Amino acid sequence: MTMHTITVRVNGDQEYVVVPSNMTLLQMLREKLALTGTKNGCSAGECGACTVLVDGEPVNSCMMLAVEVDGREVTTVEGLAHEDRLSAMQEAFVEHSALQCGFCTPGVLISAHALLERNPHPTDDEVREALVGNLCRCTGYLRIVQAVQAAAEKGGAS
Amino acid sequence: MQSRPGLSDFDYVRASALDEAVRLLKERGDMARPLMGGTDLFVRMRDGVIQPQILLDVKHLPGMRDIVCDEQAGLTVGAAVTMNEVGCHPDVLAHYPLLAEAANSVASYQLRNRATLGGNLCNGSPAADTAPAALLLEGRLAIYGPDPSASSGQCGEREVPATEFFLGPGQTAMQAGELLTAVRFPRLPDGAVAKYLKLGRSKAGDLSIVGVAVLGFPDDTAPSGYRFRIGLASVAPVPLRAVEAEALLVQKPPGEDAFCQAAEKAMEAASPIGDVRASAQYRQAMVRNLTLRGLRDVWARLQSA
Repeated sequence: MTMHTITVRVNGDQEYVVVPSNMTLLQMLREKLALTGTKNGCSAGECGACTVLVDGEPVNSCMMLAVEVDGREVTTVEGLAHEDRLSAMQEAFVEHSALQCGFCTPGVLISAHALLERNPHPTDDEVREALVGNLCRCTGYLRIVQAVQAAAEKGGAS
Repeated sequence: MQSRPGLSDFDYVRASALDEAVRLLKERGDMARPLMGGTDLFVRMRDGVIQPQILLDVKHLPGMRDIVCDEQAGLTVGAAVTMNEVGCHPDVLAHYPLLAEAANSVASYQLRNRATLGGNLCNGSPAADTAPAALLLEGRLAIYGPDPSASSGQCGEREVPATEFFLGPGQTAMQAGELLTAVRFPRLPDGAVAKYLKLGRSKAGDLSIVGVAVLGFPDDTAPSGYRFRIGLASVAPVPLRAVEAEALLVQKPPGEDAFCQAAEKAMEAASPIGDVRASAQYRQAMVRNLTLRGLRDVWARLQSA
């Protein structure tokens, strides 16, 4: 099994990580970098609990190899908050009770952040479409959509 | 051996050239697999269906990520172009919107950032969302590999029309050591209009229960004045064209009568199985319904053009 030394910028920090070929991005984040906010739900690219941004775009980190982010930028849920406060999206989620058990939430936040980057004023349908790949068993999605729209109205996810 | 959430042991190799890649794939046979988006590959590896020892990353090779559109020559889409890239590209949206519609129907936004056109086609699932579009748009698959006629081990390209590419569930015309590099779509007939209808257990995000693509265009050489192409996914061992339905519509003038008859013919062209997503009978019936809806939609837009 080959080992690879990769350079990757994670949440703004330059990291040098040695990873085996078969380590997923998800495993690298959780096990090598102790960024356990990103979750494993299905290991099949269906539930979105593992969603992170790679070069600004949401991907299922369980379906990507760690070695494939060499030279790239990764953002996890830990990278969304500011030094002294949550992001506007995170605050909206709290305000609108858009989470219950919270397991899907890191992935949802990442997808929602990316949505408002590319579409600052989505319709409710567009919000739901963007979240097709983030399954939530608790909330029924209604308050999630409300929270995303609240953040959009306030001027964005950040 | 099943591995979750990790993956079984393998070596990741980044190919440096096309020739080197096909040589390695030919040498190692089943022990090596090309790595595109990995969205089908990793699922099968975790299920224990396949256990490659080498994953050969080829996405970065020249042309693999390119989309080139020429008014006369047509559209060339590199094999490693992602579904989101296909679905958002201005040239694809402008000139081949059926392909964009199909690509945008795949799974979720996250998966569409990784899943590739080439991977979708080469995986050879009868349910592949881009397959009916590839069939209707008369795509030709550019396959690079060892040239069997050359004794020196030289490599070359051959083109396979989409209509000859799918051979069975999970089986395609790809040979050992070959790599899909691009799909080429010719210029479409003037005034062509198309629609992809995907029926799933949910409105979005699912594999298709039935997928139907319909394309229509005015054609003086057809007695009915129009030609239609109808593609079916998930209802047979391979994605296929409903040729008898198409032939009927060459003769019979467009309208509810003709469309109903064509939809029946399309239904007869299907030989679906029952599985966790739907029964065979339901699939069969839905072929008719979706074909009818597709024909009506395309016809309405042809008339308003």
